Parts: sequence; structure tokens; C-alpha cells
Amino acid sequence: MDKIARIDMGAAGGPKVTVGDLGEYAGLGGRAMTSLVVAAEVHPLAHALGAENKLVISPGMLSGTTGSMTGRLSVGCKSPLTGTIKESNAGGQAAQVLARLGYAAVILEGKPVGDDLYKIVINKDGIKVIVDNSLKMMDNYLLVAKLRQEFGDKVAYMTIGSAGERKLLAASIACTDPELRPTRHCGRGGVGAVMGAKRVKAIILDDAGMKMRPAKDLDKFRDANRLFVEGLRKHPVTGEGLPAYGTNVLTNVLNEAGGYPTNNFKSGQFAGSSKISGEAQAELEIKRGGSATHGCHRGCVIQCSGIYNDKDGKYLTKQPEYETVWSHGGHCGIDDLDTIAQLDRIDDNIGVDTIEMGVTIGIAMDAGLIEFGDKAGAIRLMEEVQKGTPLGRVLGSGAGITGKVFGVERVPVVKNQALPAYDPRAVQGIGVTYATTTQGADHTAGYAIATNILKVGGDVDPLKTEGQIELSRNLQIATAAIDSTGMCLFIAFAILDQPETFQALLDMLGSFYGITMTGDDVVALGKKVLSAERDFNTRAGFTKHDDRLPRFFYNEPIAPHNQTFLMKDEELDEVFNW
Amino acid sequence: MNITVKLFASFRNGRFEIKSGDYPPGTTVADVSDCLNLPQNELGIMLVNSCHVKLDRVLVEGDTLALFPLLGGG
Ligand code: SF4
Repeated sequence: MDKIARIDMGAAGGPKVTVGDLGEYAGLGGRAMTSLVVAAEVHPLAHALGAENKLVISPGMLSGTTGSMTGRLSVGCKSPLTGTIKESNAGGQAAQVLARLGYAAVILEGKPVGDDLYKIVINKDGIKVIVDNSLKMMDNYLLVAKLRQEFGDKVAYMTIGSAGERKLLAASIACTDPELRPTRHCGRGGVGAVMGAKRVKAIILDDAGMKMRPAKDLDKFRDANRLFVEGLRKHPVTGEGLPAYGTNVLTNVLNEAGGYPTNNFKSGQFAGSSKISGEAQAELEIKRGGSATHGCHRGCVIQCSGIYNDKDGKYLTKQPEYETVWSHGGHCGIDDLDTIAQLDRIDDNIGVDTIEMGVTIGIAMDAGLIEFGDKAGAIRLMEEVQKGTPLGRVLGSGAGITGKVFGVERVPVVKNQALPAYDPRAVQGIGVTYATTTQGADHTAGYAIATNILKVGGDVDPLKTEGQIELSRNLQIATAAIDSTGMCLFIAFAILDQPETFQALLDMLGSFYGITMTGDDVVALGKKVLSAERDFNTRAGFTKHDDRLPRFFYNEPIAPHNQTFLMKDEELDEVFNW
Repeated sequence: MNITVKLFASFRNGRFEIKSGDYPPGTTVADVSDCLNLPQNELGIMLVNSCHVKLDRVLVEGDTLALFPLLGGG
């Protein structure tokens, strides 16, 4: 990873590729790379779909190595959904392949005139940008099938479906999994719309002839990786819970704890929760000949995902994860796993964020467009998005816009991005993260659920305000660093609880780069990333008044705890005071 | 007194999902979990009526106790 490729899609005479050295970005990867490039190079007032925005694609610092869990990819830009800086993170094979090809970042710049559509082929011989109008308006499954005829099965694909081409604000970028299914998405913030605005339909990554990235100290790296894997295997969450049930095991947990937002955040408990729980889902997957344990990229030892087959035992989609099961399930009053899996398949196919889309459908239900619990209606609405009808375009623009168009007051968004599957009134700590993260409402940015609800990495009372600011701050810093390494965030469950596993991670980073890496260095990296992101947002016009939850969280108590969001504004303003 | 116990994830294996039963006054969360042969070091999340509790919590008539192993997601 010693070079950066810049592809000027708007160059006179056609797209122009320039490959240069790392310069000031040396040593960076993942979110650190995408956020520092966007903060330094994108005008904060740029239109997100305009030529001034850049789409930065970066594998993590350890991607492309023999280190396990290192296959996470970061995509960054100014978000068309939030107007803030954005880092959207996905698994799949892309990060490993891109890293082995030697690119610390591929940056799409400018914007072509005309409506030609392009595919970008990156292999050991370099980068080619090719016009391919035969791909126009194809959705991800057919698109990848067509590309496989040309490029085969030993490559990784990054693609946008029709939603990205239409520049819908919920549009995602799909990355293929080891079996070449377009199921792992950089979902949040409309990054697919930015790729669509640059008229790039597909990126084909081919690492034939390339080798694993070698560590500076091979022996030490191998030993550290072994200890790291041992740590993941022995921790009950990463070694047992996640492999057996996936993330959807949280449905029952959050429902029991009264923090499961139901029927567009009207209650904290859903009567149909057990029917869509992780326990029920795993049983059904196994019964139908799918799998409840599957890795989104080679080298994942946790394997939180799975394969969901339909009633006839035919592949339908990857195991819908907790957020997806919630957004299309409890949030919409839908208690049927097959409907949720079909919606997940449609989301992946047209290329939209499952959280944003599910929350949006719930808003449409609240507006009376269809009833809560209307399974066929929910699928019909998604078909509108797929067809690109005026209604579909409104829905595909996300929860905030849909709420405005239909006059809904209860719209769960922060910085115009939909809230994920935890009610901040029952889990105060996650409310702090939703309100203050640089990304718009995002649970992964500082996963306070671990400490508030799951009692991993400490114990903070979810219903009280004490300790929540410090908790969210520390988690946001740690997450910004982990998102830069290429490691899947789920390693956090083990490294929070087991100091020796955290040390193994530090040793992997240190031995790979031939440096000594301490916990303080990790904290410094996280702060550097967050500071750059905050600075961009400030220059883009965001103030402390944007670091708030929608008013209904302060005004409407929610059952069963009958409590509102209690954090004071002045407390929220302290999160980034370190 | 009547207590409803709910078990989740791997705790269900060889046990049950939900069961109401009669327990003597003064029964604690630890008593219930011992009685179900749940190893204390595997207990992750313990909720009584949707609120987190510790092992020494004394249960009262009508309580619902939910027990989970250590779990994660996101
Ligand atoms: S734990 Fe899950 S999300 Fe993380 S890398 Fe493995 S399969 Fe992907």
C-alpha cells in the first residue's frame, strides 16, 4: 500500500488516472485515510453530487495481510444525505484485494459531462476506465452476474444498483462476498449516490499475480495474529454468540430491556419480537439448508453472518443482520422473517442502506401510506424505489425527506440520517453517540450498547445519565482508530474485556509497520481522525445545535420505562472536549 | 410466589424458553440460575421486569426474570 490512485472522471478528453506516492497520507488506511483526505481536499460547502466532491476508497492499515479480521473497507466523501463528512464501512473481499494491489486509496474525483457510464478495472498492470453503457440501470445481482461473464470469479466487485445511478440519498455501494454475492454494503450516508454522480457503475478488483502484504517483522506478526485469534475464539461473544446467532441475537435482548423501537419509536417492546429473533432466524436458516455461520470476507474468524434460503431451500439473501431485521421488522410492525429477508434482498439488489430504507418505510406507515404490519405493502413500496417512480424517489431519499413530504412529526434522524435499532430513551448512552457523532445518527460510531445493555467492557446503567458522556467519548475515539485498521469492529467485544487480546492487536500493528504501538498511539490516532471530521463539519456549517436528538425524544416518554432522553445539551457539548 | 423465567440463546439448549413457577419468598436471581444449572461465569445479561439486576437481587411475586449468556451484536 505505497501508492494512491486518483481518477479524474471529469478530465477533458475522458477520465484520467494518476498514480502517486502517499505523501502526507503515509501510514494511513481506512477511515483515517478517507476522513483526512476529504477534510483536506473537499470544499466543505461543495455539493455532494458535484464535481468538487471526492469519493475516497481505502483498505485498512492491516488489510491485504495474513492478519485475521482485516478485510474492512472504508469509503469516504461529503455525504449527500447528511451534508457532513462520511465514512461508510463494509466487509466483503474488496479491501483485501485493493490492499494487495498496493493502493492505500483510490480517489474518484471530478464528474464527467454527458451520460456515459463507466467501469473501472484495477489489476497488476494498472487502472483502466472503460465506457460500458450496457450496464445502465442494472441492479446489483444481475450486474455482478454480467460482470462475472467478463471478469470471472477470482476478482472482487464494487458496484452500484439503480438507486446509485439515480443518485438517491439512501444509495449504497455493494461489495461482493467470497461467493461473489453483492451483499456487503457501504450503506450509510448515500455514498452510492456519489459514485453514481461520478458515473462509475462498477469497480473490478483483480489481484492475480499479487502477494500478501508482508510484515516488517514476520515472526512477531505471525505470533501476534495467533494470540489475537485465540483471544477472539475464547471470548463468549466473538467465539460463541456471534458465530451461532449473528447480530440478530440482539432482538430479544433489546426487546427484554425495553429499548427496541417499535412502530416508528412508539414503544420500546414489540409483541412479535420472538418470531424474528436471532434464535428463530438461526433455526430456520439451518432447517432450510442455509447456514447460520458465514464470514463476509476470507480471514474472518468470528463469522457473524449466515445464508438465508427461501421456503424451497433456494438462496434468497445473506442473513439479514440485527439492524435490518429491526428496521424492516419491529420498526414497521412486521413479524415475519421471510418478508424481512425479501426486503433485505431488494435493498441489496437496488443498492440502498437497509437502515435508512427500513426506517423510511416505517415513516410512510406512520403517514398512513400503508398500515403498520403490512408486509405486501412494504414490498410494494420498495418496488416503487426500484422502478424510480416519483414516490420511489421520495422514499429512496430517506427518512428525513419522506417525513417532510408526508408531514410526519416523529422522524427519528440526526443530521438527516436515520437512527438505528436502539431507543435512546431506554439506552441513554447510545443517544449521546447518535447526537454527537460526526456521521449523523450511527450506532457503530460509539457502541454504548456494549456497556449499557450487554455488560461487555464495563457496566453503565442505561437508564441514567451518569458516565454516558465519558463512555461515548472513549468509544468514539477507539472506534475511529479501529475503523482505520481494517479490522471488523466486532473485535471490540474481545479487546474491551481481554487486555492480552488488545495487546495482540497492538503487536500486530507494531510488527507489521516495524514500530512500537501503544494504547496511547491508538487513542491519538482516533482523536486525530475525529478532529479532522469535526473540523470539516464545522466548516460545512454544523454547530452544537446539530448535535441534538429530535425533540420527540425529549418530550414523549416511552414504555416500558416511561422515560425520555435525559442528557442535557451542555453535557452533549462536552463529548469532544478531551 | 409466582415468577416467570425466560431463557435466551444457548441457555435454551436442554432447558426451556419461558416457564412460570412457584418459588419460596426470598429467592434471588442466583438461586434461580443455580436451580437451572446455569454456570455463573456464563451469565451475561440479567433483567427483572426490563431492568438490569445483579445475582443477589431478591425476586418478588409477579417478577419476570430474563437470563442471557454474554452476547454481542451491532
Ligand atoms: S464478524 Fe461479521 S461483519 Fe465482521 S468481518 Fe466477520 S462476518 Fe464480517
